[in-house]
Amino acid sequence: MAAGSSIDALGQFELHPVLGALGESLRFSQSPMMMIVAAIVVLAFLYVGMRPAAVVPGRLQSAAEMCYDFIHNMAVDTIGPEGRAFFPFVFTLFFFILAGNYLGLLPFSFAFTSHIAVTLALALMVFCLSIIVSLKVQGAKFFAHFMPAGAPKALAPLLIPIEILSFLSRPVSLSIRLFANMVAGHVMFDMFAAFTIMLAGLGFFGDIIAVGPVVINIALMALELLVGALQAYVFAILTCIYLREAVAH
Amino acid sequence: MDKDNDPSDESFDRRLEAARERMNPPAPAARDTGGTLSDLGLVIRSGTELVSALVVGVAIGWGLDHWLHTKPWFLIVFSLLGGVAGVLNVWRLVRPDAINTEADGPDDGSGRI
Repeated sequence: MAAGSSIDALGQFELHPVLGALGESLRFSQSPMMMIVAAIVVLAFLYVGMRPAAVVPGRLQSAAEMCYDFIHNMAVDTIGPEGRAFFPFVFTLFFFILAGNYLGLLPFSFAFTSHIAVTLALALMVFCLSIIVSLKVQGAKFFAHFMPAGAPKALAPLLIPIEILSFLSRPVSLSIRLFANMVAGHVMFDMFAAFTIMLAGLGFFGDIIAVGPVVINIALMALELLVGALQAYVFAILTCIYLREAVAH
Repeated sequence: MDKDNDPSDESFDRRLEAARERMNPPAPAARDTGGTLSDLGLVIRSGTELVSALVVGVAIGWGLDHWLHTKPWFLIVFSLLGGVAGVLNVWRLVRPDAINTEADGPDDGSGRI
């Protein structure tokens, strides 16, 4: 957190042991704790929402059903009929990331999606799954994709490395996009909050101007709510697109 | 009577039309959130697609140089290839038929998207 006249915008991403002596001995930091909280929030939302199992749903059940439908339609529309098999995976990814992004916006909380170790692990999971599915469905034909159809054979030494690089860039772009967006949002929050503190130290006029960054932070919060949902959506839809290519014959 | 009937008929038709429109809003409104969300997603994707291929290219080139002690050569070649792959990524994202193939399922046979 920013203190005095210096801005330490990246200090908020440092990991500290939590839960006292137990956390200290287990090296248990905020990041895994927030992952567990995110998982519990999503599971509780679905469990409590669907417990009435009414034919005419109440508000919470309706929300839970809409979430289910949203991802189900996304998976089936994008991947095709085989998408049903991957629906649980996409659903888990989307809501884990969404809950992580949104829980990170709460005060005294921590956004675990702002660590590239976390986002890269998620992206590599998607990448490896898509390769395994490709090899299972298409077999050796999978490797034929690295040579664009109809291109002259003489260009193969140039085209194949480009295609391979393009393919390898997928997990990188997936993870960097999510990580960079979350870091940028939280750094901006910290910067503007620090401006308020710095301006407030300048006397009467500073006190008045210091309201400005607070207003900007409120607007930023709205933006971050959009970005959090959008990043989870982009991650899920790209997972679907990669899996569609994997199951296509 | 006749003179009175016609205008009221007209206004009834108009009101009926307005009521119908109220009851059944135009189709695009229903898919509005999905549409704008995926459009925004497209915008957000294009920037990172361009950079990430370059990052992979530079990383591979630097790694090969470090391993084979051929200092600048692999880095030069793979930086260029990475840049090309990044442009290719963006082209596949925004080419005119990309949006259709993304919604329609099977690959169009012109390589991967």
